[in-house]
Amino acid sequence: MKKIKLAVAAGSFCGGCDMSIINLNEMLIPIEEVIELVFWQVAADFKFEDVEALQDKEIDICLYHGPIRTSEHAEIAHLFRKKSKVMIAYGSCSCFGGIPQLANPYDAQTILDSVYTNGYNIDESGPNQNYMRPKSEYKKGRAMTLPKLLDSCLPLTSEVDVNYFVPGCPPVPTQWEMLVDIITNFIKKGELPPKGTVVAGETALCEECGREKPEEIVINRFRRPFEIDPDPEKCLLSQGIICMGPATRAGCGGQCTLGANMPCRGCFGPAPGVKDPGLKMLSAIASIGGAKIEAELGPEGLKKLMETIPDPFGTFYRFFTPEYIIKTKKKVAEEESSKK
Amino acid sequence: MSQKKKTREPEEAKRLGVFVCHCGKNIAATVDVENIAKEATNLHGVVHAAESHYLCSEPGQKALQDDIKYHRLDGIICACCSPTLHEETFRKAAADVGINKYEVEIANIREKCSWVHSDKEKATVKAMKIIETKVEKALLNEALTPISVDVNRNAMVVGAGITGIQAALDLANSGYHVYLVEQSPTIGGHMAQLTSTFPTLDCSQCILSPKMSEIAHHDNVELITNAKLTSVTGFVGNFKAQITKKPKFVIEELCNLCDDCVEVCPVIVPNEFEGGLGPRKAIYLPFPQAVPSAYILDIENCLGIHPLVCSKCRDACEQKAINYDMKEEIVELNVGAIVIATGYDLYDISKISEYDFGPEVDVIDGLQFERLLNSAGPTGGAVLRPSDHKKPETVVFVQCVGSRDPEHHMAYCSKICCTYTGKHALLLKDQEPETEVYVFYIDIRAAGRGYEEFIDRAQEMGVIYIRGKPSKIFREGDKTIIWAANTLTGERLEVEADLVVLAPAMIPSFDTKILSGVTKCNLDEYGFFKEAHVKLKPVESLVQGLFVAGTALSPKDIPECVAQGSAAASKAMALLSKPQLYHDPIVAIVNEKACSGCKVCQSLCPYGAISFDSVKNISVVKEILCQGCGTCASACPSLALTLKNQTDKQIENMIRIALKTEAK
Amino acid sequence: MSELLNPEPKVIAFLCKWCSSNAADLAGVSRMKYPANVITIVTPCSGRVDPTYIFDALAGGADGVIVAGCHPGECHYVTGNYKTLKRMVLVKELAAQMGIEDERIHLEWISSSEAKKFVKTMTEFIEKLKHLPPNPLRNNRVALEAKH
Repeated sequence: MKKIKLAVAAGSFCGGCDMSIINLNEMLIPIEEVIELVFWQVAADFKFEDVEALQDKEIDICLYHGPIRTSEHAEIAHLFRKKSKVMIAYGSCSCFGGIPQLANPYDAQTILDSVYTNGYNIDESGPNQNYMRPKSEYKKGRAMTLPKLLDSCLPLTSEVDVNYFVPGCPPVPTQWEMLVDIITNFIKKGELPPKGTVVAGETALCEECGREKPEEIVINRFRRPFEIDPDPEKCLLSQGIICMGPATRAGCGGQCTLGANMPCRGCFGPAPGVKDPGLKMLSAIASIGGAKIEAELGPEGLKKLMETIPDPFGTFYRFFTPEYIIKTKKKVAEEESSKK
Repeated sequence: MSQKKKTREPEEAKRLGVFVCHCGKNIAATVDVENIAKEATNLHGVVHAAESHYLCSEPGQKALQDDIKYHRLDGIICACCSPTLHEETFRKAAADVGINKYEVEIANIREKCSWVHSDKEKATVKAMKIIETKVEKALLNEALTPISVDVNRNAMVVGAGITGIQAALDLANSGYHVYLVEQSPTIGGHMAQLTSTFPTLDCSQCILSPKMSEIAHHDNVELITNAKLTSVTGFVGNFKAQITKKPKFVIEELCNLCDDCVEVCPVIVPNEFEGGLGPRKAIYLPFPQAVPSAYILDIENCLGIHPLVCSKCRDACEQKAINYDMKEEIVELNVGAIVIATGYDLYDISKISEYDFGPEVDVIDGLQFERLLNSAGPTGGAVLRPSDHKKPETVVFVQCVGSRDPEHHMAYCSKICCTYTGKHALLLKDQEPETEVYVFYIDIRAAGRGYEEFIDRAQEMGVIYIRGKPSKIFREGDKTIIWAANTLTGERLEVEADLVVLAPAMIPSFDTKILSGVTKCNLDEYGFFKEAHVKLKPVESLVQGLFVAGTALSPKDIPECVAQGSAAASKAMALLSKPQLYHDPIVAIVNEKACSGCKVCQSLCPYGAISFDSVKNISVVKEILCQGCGTCASACPSLALTLKNQTDKQIENMIRIALKTEAK
Repeated sequence: MSELLNPEPKVIAFLCKWCSSNAADLAGVSRMKYPANVITIVTPCSGRVDPTYIFDALAGGADGVIVAGCHPGECHYVTGNYKTLKRMVLVKELAAQMGIEDERIHLEWISSSEAKKFVKTMTEFIEKLKHLPPNPLRNNRVALEAKH
């Protein structure tokens, strides 16, 4: 059988996605039989030069994980797009921005300032006594190129064309079963699923979670997970914990809600058809907050209740970069590059 | 032509027409109508645009209709005045030539544009934008037909006090079949306990019992007593009610009221009808005028219905009317409308720790005093102390017991206590002019025809009114002591009374909360049922087809209860008079595939239009109940709920087009 | 604040059909005047206004968004406006995190008889926006300063 060429490339990654592949254990055996690995820095010592030397579209499938945080990530993304037939955004970061996208309300300068100068542990006695900054010269006369920290942290689609999406932080083995199906189908029949296919569930997480729900879900007091010991059988929303399940795509099998008794944070991205899970979930949570005692609480009481939800951006957009940020940030970048 | 419309692709092939009205000079003075009509032809989907001097005039409408036919339009946008004025006019005109009325959009360029702006250039740009947004909406509008459902023409009234009786009679006399459900063994409610009614002092039983007997003999009334409403499913026009009937152990039809069974019954318990001041047997007739007119066996106090235990009553009954084998029965009723008239209870005085209460300490409530005054009551109408059956020389009445006390008890005014306490004092003075009678009050609230004069009459007869609320009521020897302050003079008072009569707050009857769960009808902060609108829908509930009347809503007196009973009946009749109900089709729909069963929407609908299908694990919208507000659609996290002709896509397109900057 | 940073701001106003839209009509009938910078979109209830629409409008070029509904307790659909109120609290907080000024998103209760209030709300809102720089989302700049 002809082997297909596979690359695993990464942007701003934490390593979790790599681990999710290694953790496949025996599932890797059939995969190994049909693929030829051309790039995966975590697994072996591949060099970018090797990739550059390849023909265009020589790589059959490229799994790209991690968001575009620096100029280098963008370069890597473009390189692999050029060399690959199929580009797969692997993991929540490359699909939607992931955890690193939480920095999106701030630009690069603010981030650098808060890390190297304004951080709460940074003073004369602390670890960065001299308020050092990353430099492009490390010794007199010895210059080196450091990638530029971009003003944004965006999903892979903001840079290159993406064929498929495998969401998850990190993706789970069941998604790999689907992926293996896709790969074997490709090898045997040369067939591929339609572009844009999301390799995960086809509905929202609630359908998969199966925690017991009361007749109505009303939250009269919002709680953060550490505040209570949630009943493992009952819907977390009904216990006052903000769970992103209703707006999040299924496919994880309820890893957090069932497996860890913790609320869904939305790593599988929007449920099918949902454009902006953050705002939709915000609307849902606001609607059920004190839903049966609205008149009693009155406008002031309701306002107070809503204000007990901390950090709306971090709560509702933990993994997902809203479209309006992507658009705006891209426009800024274009403007800047046109200035130069 | 209408055939063609059903099969066409929604967006691409739609042929829209834009009609811009000059409205004389009203629009044309500030908006360049001519230019707009010209430009509108260039809009996506618009195949024809025209102007009219008065679009709403006969010739204007005629031209509109001709254009619709000539250009084979699928939808139209009328740029004119507010939709509140002529939306129906144009919908009708368009419908006459084959356009679905929900494909007609109004672009309000008069009230929202030409009349509020003076800069012609800006107003024209804005008017164009308004039209563009409506064109975007019209492109995605669906042709809809009004929703219709059949109406079951039977009614059910729950609670057979004076309110329920009135409602049932009004319905029955108008030709509707009524099921009257009462949880106690007899109808009549609290009114049957009263001695006479203020301010005319009509005998309560005398004015009530004709109505009760009318119920008993009415062909259109099916009376179900000793029964509870345990479940309501379905929706307006098509409710399915489940009634649980407790066994009475007496066959009503056979019982001839001979009283033989009572004579042999060995069990004596306090009679609840007499407020516990008199006795009754375990088998009893609630009161002489009871309807249905038959004995009932009180199974909780009976020694046991097994022949080995007692069975004296069964042996004594010559009619063989007593049947120990009766079982609880469940009855299913199909009704189109429901009237709830479950009435009130009195506030539990044991919650007021500073007042001693009970017949043994000669502190009783107003209803018990009614029985003492009643010639059919336990004392034959003579006012005697319950503790030693002596004639009281000093009687103290206390108003606002548990009411008008927001810190500790109920905040509201119980409304009828001032007047009935006046009545009690008056009747007592009438019977025993020598008795010293005191009334403690906070304020006298006697609004109503003849009520204020009635209180005056009591005062003229020598009843002493003291403004102040007793701080403590307690027993000392064979007297009951009242500590109070006269708030008008500032002096401290201590009254030694032989009998104290309290006027406790009226509170919702004991099973109101359960019934609220069964019917999905909301309660207010005190637990009374809540009307749909406090001013304009006083007997409607938010559950369509469910009406509430009488003291189940709030404290009120008999005439108000009767009026509300009739009002609820007439509202129910308006509903039942039509064989079918029609409903606006702008309603929410569920995309079954997208719905994940998260249940976020379940608590949001004030009309109970959203329910849950636990088999399919999805939410379901009952179209007939949906009022089309769209709150659920904007809360649905997985975009499974949409409002017809107000979809996300439509509104998003409207926003986009409204903000589009013109290419210059 | 006297400098005109944005002389012609664009405003989208979501009006509920029963109260605020009728107030707007009454303003017309009374021939009151307000700037033409506002385009209104009428929804059955303010509860129909999905937070998505507000951000759609802001990202699509609007400098400000007004949501107007019936007064609390007077909603034609009983509780729709409470839902709006709650959503708007979070929407404003979220917007603030993105660096969008609080003033750009405005919730107002306008009953059908309050034409004056409608005109005042629109006029003051537009006036306020004129003194703000163009909306950061529209002007391609997202929050530059840390808010938290």
